[in-house]
Amino acid sequence: MTQGAPLSLHVPEPEVRPGGTPDFSNVPIPKAGSVPLPPVDVDPKDIRELAYSIIRVLNREGEAVGPWAGTLTDAELLEGLRHMMTLRTFDARMQMAQRQGKTSFYMQHMGEEAVSCAFRKALSPGDMNFPTYRQAGLLIAGGYPMVEMMNQIYSNERDPLKGRQLPIMYSAKDFGFFSISGNLATQFIQAVGWAMASAIRNDTKIAVGWVGDGSTAESDFHAALVFASTYRAPVVLNIVNNQWAISTFQGIARGGSGTFAARGLGFGIPALRVDGNDYLAVHAVAKWATERARKNLGPTLVEYVTYRVGAHSTSDDPSAYRPKEESSVWPLGDPVLRLKAHLIKLGAWSEERHKQAEAEILDAVISAQKEAESHGTLHAGGKPSVRDMFEGVYAEMPPHLRRQRQQAGV
Amino acid sequence: MPRKTMIEAIRDAMDVSMGRDERVVVFGEDVGYFGGVFRCTAGLQQKYGKTRCFDAPISELGIVGAAIGMAAYGLRPCVEVQFADYVYPAYDQIVSEAARLRYRSNGEFTCPIVIRMPTGGGIFGGQTHSQSPEALFTHVSGLKVVVPSNPADAKGLLIASIEDPDPVIFLEPKRLYNGPFDGHHEKPVTPWSKHALGEVADGHYAEPLGKAAIRRAGSQLTVLAYGTMVYVAEAAAEETGIDAEIIDLRTLLPLDLDAIVASVQKTGRCTVVHEATLTSGFGAELAALVQRHCFYHLEAPVMRVTGWDTPYPHAQEWDYFPGPARVGRAFVETMEA
Repeated sequence: MTQGAPLSLHVPEPEVRPGGTPDFSNVPIPKAGSVPLPPVDVDPKDIRELAYSIIRVLNREGEAVGPWAGTLTDAELLEGLRHMMTLRTFDARMQMAQRQGKTSFYMQHMGEEAVSCAFRKALSPGDMNFPTYRQAGLLIAGGYPMVEMMNQIYSNERDPLKGRQLPIMYSAKDFGFFSISGNLATQFIQAVGWAMASAIRNDTKIAVGWVGDGSTAESDFHAALVFASTYRAPVVLNIVNNQWAISTFQGIARGGSGTFAARGLGFGIPALRVDGNDYLAVHAVAKWATERARKNLGPTLVEYVTYRVGAHSTSDDPSAYRPKEESSVWPLGDPVLRLKAHLIKLGAWSEERHKQAEAEILDAVISAQKEAESHGTLHAGGKPSVRDMFEGVYAEMPPHLRRQRQQAGV
Repeated sequence: MPRKTMIEAIRDAMDVSMGRDERVVVFGEDVGYFGGVFRCTAGLQQKYGKTRCFDAPISELGIVGAAIGMAAYGLRPCVEVQFADYVYPAYDQIVSEAARLRYRSNGEFTCPIVIRMPTGGGIFGGQTHSQSPEALFTHVSGLKVVVPSNPADAKGLLIASIEDPDPVIFLEPKRLYNGPFDGHHEKPVTPWSKHALGEVADGHYAEPLGKAAIRRAGSQLTVLAYGTMVYVAEAAAEETGIDAEIIDLRTLLPLDLDAIVASVQKTGRCTVVHEATLTSGFGAELAALVQRHCFYHLEAPVMRVTGWDTPYPHAQEWDYFPGPARVGRAFVETMEA
């Protein structure tokens, strides 16, 4: 028996750390329009390469090109731009409100606005999203009132969740938005179960699961793919790859696999990879995947390639683990600026109108904020009652909780 | 009234529930075509079709996680985890999701699911076919925890659990599946057909959750037990001649505190018995509640007879399982204290 060389453990590292020069030259970005559009009933085996490419519609000149283009009218695109701008402004104001001590916590979407805003427009009433904490665009684009979101963030007397939940863990059933949990990836398999239920009842509604790149490492991710594949559940399984899981770069979760989308192939699930900063591409892919689900053709796995421009949360400082300028060299750019450029190219928008829209949106967000703050913030003004703390644990309060509520003096 | 085993009673409960409510679905590993490794779902797929009763991949978190999603949609899933010893991969889904969904969404989403799982030892099941993990669930606000000890209760409590608007952990003592067991492993087992509680009414009936049952009325000592230990306690009372009042808790959460307090205030003494390990077991909660609510009536410390604080062994089965001799000694000690 020959003695081998000593073994060594491989621990992946990002290309660049703080102090280094950010460089994405190793990230292959295919040309816009270069990825084919398969029929929705395609055999997953025939589109394996789509899990390794990136579906893109908007080119560098701001033109919509290729087979995935043309799913939206100019008016719909203008609405999409407004949604993304609203989410960005909402984020900025809530980030500031946290810094002012009006709430304990916030998480931004900076750079990822296109993913949830554009996806939402491919859904029908009654469909259910199982979101993470970074898909508030589903609410904004779904018409959920900003004041309600803020009431939840402030845990005030109008908080729809009665002060029980950490800020941004929204729940909005009537808007197709499942209750957010702090436990990562749990909702991915629940989305599959919801979709199975819809199929069991011969309904026409579909479910959408959401997960980040880091959380794909959770066991729930794998369970979701197994169940979705086995029962051909009418579900779209979305992975938002923003390159970062707090301080951990996506290579730690992805390992040696080519892409996150490629994980679907082993389960026989058609897998697409899309430019997450391209509103048109996200919508086209969402339309394709939701149509597959609605036609009972089964699940689709989609990886959105994007970049988390902001800090992970208000409790995080990214300069401790990545170069400050990294987001500025991200090759897929900024979703808002790209859609803006496209609309200007189409002649449907202008710098002036954009500025005007920015001002209008800021006014709307500030006025919502004023209304929410009139109902209280975390440490001032109206609050949910202490009684609410004991309610809703069960449908009916059991005797031991009644005793504890009495003990608490409420 | 027809006599049934606990297995048949549990199957009957699902049959009745599926027949009454189209939203009830049943799935788990080997649950569909084959009818379950303990036969608890035999015939259900044939009767209700593959979309109401079906086989699942070997993924406990997948089974429970999917059930939660189905419940959020509006179904009433009754799922099976093959052994309670294998529920741990689903623990996050149960604790963080099923138990909290109503609370965290302020009632927008609810989770009316039942998670059935065979539990308990006394069958040479070794470490991973004998555990009693109830305390891991009674510690979780938002769950209900049920442990039947006979066919009549098993059916009524399972129907009530399926109809309950909250998530229920339904622990089935597999040692009792075919007949009552008092810990006398040297004697042949009597089948349920020879036991009064083997009489199971046809059709629909529900036993309310949160209500204990007095199995043996007595004046000297209150025994708090559930599952297999109900019969062990009965044997110990018989063999020691102590006039013990044996309370079958049936539901551990929410607990029937009134029944417990009434009995202990009458007898002045209390012994708690369970198969699960001692430290931080459910017995600790029972003992604490009894001393809090019956302090001035107690004439002796509350005793606990439980499994040892070890993993469940194989060869040492009867030295581990709290049998009638060990339980009887605790009764005597409590009387002499």
